[in-house]
Amino acid sequence: MLPDPRQFPKNARAALSDEILQAAMKRLETGFVARRTVAAGRLPEFEALRDAARDIKNHTLAHLDAYLELFEENCLAQGGHVHWARDTAEARDIVLEICRAAGAKTVTKGKSMIGEEMEINHHLEANGIEPIETDLGEYIIQIRKEAPSHIIAPASHVSKEQVSADFRKQHTGLEPNRPLDEPDDLLAEARAMLRQKFLNADVGITGANFLIAETGTSVIVTNEGNGDLTQTLPKVHVVLVSIEKCVPTLNDATTLLRVLARSATGQEMSSYTTFSTGPKRAADADGPEQYHVVIMDNGRSEMLSGPFREMLRCIKCGACMNHCPVYRSIGGHAYGSVYPGPMGSVLTPGITDLPSSVHLPQASSFCGKCEEVCPVRIPLPKLLRFWRNEAYEQGLITGVARWGLSLWAFAAKRPGLYRFFADLQMRLLSTLAGRRGRFSSLPFGGGWTRHRDFPAPQGKTFVSQWRAQKKDHEKRRGA
Amino acid sequence: MSARADILGRIGATLNSESDQAARRSAASARLSSPPVGLAPARSLVDRDAQITLFREMAEEAAATTDRITSLDDLPAAIAKYLGSHNLPSRIKTDEDPLLADLNWQAQPTLDVSSGKPTDADEVGLAVAFAGAAETGTAILTSGPDHPTSLNFLPENHIVVLPVSRMHGPYEAAWARMAAARDELGMPRTVNWITGPSRTGDIEQTLQLGVHGPRRLHIILVDDGEEEGA
Repeated sequence: MLPDPRQFPKNARAALSDEILQAAMKRLETGFVARRTVAAGRLPEFEALRDAARDIKNHTLAHLDAYLELFEENCLAQGGHVHWARDTAEARDIVLEICRAAGAKTVTKGKSMIGEEMEINHHLEANGIEPIETDLGEYIIQIRKEAPSHIIAPASHVSKEQVSADFRKQHTGLEPNRPLDEPDDLLAEARAMLRQKFLNADVGITGANFLIAETGTSVIVTNEGNGDLTQTLPKVHVVLVSIEKCVPTLNDATTLLRVLARSATGQEMSSYTTFSTGPKRAADADGPEQYHVVIMDNGRSEMLSGPFREMLRCIKCGACMNHCPVYRSIGGHAYGSVYPGPMGSVLTPGITDLPSSVHLPQASSFCGKCEEVCPVRIPLPKLLRFWRNEAYEQGLITGVARWGLSLWAFAAKRPGLYRFFADLQMRLLSTLAGRRGRFSSLPFGGGWTRHRDFPAPQGKTFVSQWRAQKKDHEKRRGA
Repeated sequence: MSARADILGRIGATLNSESDQAARRSAASARLSSPPVGLAPARSLVDRDAQITLFREMAEEAAATTDRITSLDDLPAAIAKYLGSHNLPSRIKTDEDPLLADLNWQAQPTLDVSSGKPTDADEVGLAVAFAGAAETGTAILTSGPDHPTSLNFLPENHIVVLPVSRMHGPYEAAWARMAAARDELGMPRTVNWITGPSRTGDIEQTLQLGVHGPRRLHIILVDDGEEEGA
């Protein structure tokens, strides 16, 4: 599959016939989805907390310049450094400069989607610095030279047999016939391989789930403890973050944390939630000597005006993709963008451009499940519709789709005409289908009938049935 | 123009159409000086005993084990018993918390106790918690001269000592305890909320413990006879 959103239709088709991927996608349903339902159900305050989380993010976004300045002030006061990057290129160079100044040869990394967005691994490698992903899922896909297929479970598309084969290929110094069939064997090997990397790294790079203006603090939420070893052992800690991750206070972050893990993995709380403020204090027993926060914009300040501000509430839990029938059918790689699923389809055109990502807002059946589970209540279907509209306005929808939409719009604006044709079509299809009640092939309907039958209409439109019933009802009432 | 000025300028230009810049700044400062307290789960707003019960339930659900002792003097014996029952090495590395200063480790001659920063060779770490949050069975630990953060993550087995006077219901109550300490010492470099041992579901969504951090987390609650917290 090609990491290019322009290839979405081709990628999606390939994904549908990929059996390993299909088995992996089924596991999402029994895993994350089922566990989220349980976690949300056992906390009576959950819905109220979602409202509170939405309100905190709305308040912060409406005061974003002030909170970012306050974060900076408080971070500097604790001895930290704050760097600002307009785009991914600036962010990459800042990180490289910090690593060079530290004389870094190897860099350990905690999971960071902002790091993916700026392709930091590639940039470090190109400049002679070795980046080592330490989150188990990220480590697996780094070996496979792949991008994450999910924002919190980056290797959820990979089977354990594949991991086993990858480890045998990568870890060449080990006994070739060692047992590597069970997840436990794989885990033990990854733990052993990464231990020395943690201890020897010169710089540790993490992302941040939140920045806290009140204290100048960054927060990471992990389950493995890799992020903590990454940011505690090396002498330099670099935090990669985007502007919308800032929240006002520790209490505000706390409210958001109450909905984050429950929405993401269905845990009551992730194993490790870590608040980092500045470098180690002079008398501290351990910790990094330098603490750098790289705050990247990359299109987000533009999204602040207009309807897409709501997208900036996103806390990157992944619930929307876990529950999305499209994502669960094709996996994350098919999208070809850094961020997959419903949130990715709204965010990607905003942080890249619409012409190259025009397929993504189409990758939705508008079933509404994403909005239903979003912890900060982002109206994802509405925002996808905004992009579809924008794509039509900009002339990015072409050919049959544009012609069809124009024709439909012409009729939809003329109710009489619309009803006439709808009625005609219903009768025609109903008659043609006869007793069988379905079609196994239809002109212009091959995309549907190649895979399944098309159910025939009963012969009457909704409006005509409604009218008939109303008349009937009135007659009975009159009688 | 610097990237900073550019980014803040763009944000400001958008927000200026809805509010005044000075008003935004003063509203933000006001929220920071008196932070609103969020909605806490009702299950955590209970008395101390119920909090302790809830804490143990939630921590055990997250795959930690718990124990409760009635006096700090019993700690060496409780640790020896735990290590023995899991066939773990008896060499332990502790932090330098004042609570541990006067313990009679000699009463447990099998234990080999040293303190300070751990190395990769240390298999058992022991740390004293700053507080506990009952709502999810979360132990809260802070970094400092006596408290190396690496002790919470490097050793494969993590023992946490939590005096029950430091037990709180919701997280916010633990933040309030820290705010009091912060006035004196400032915000610590690291605050760790720890809810169960290290885990992953990265291989086929199968839950596995002990990826990079501790495989086992054992929390020993100690009745320390002090009446604080809420």
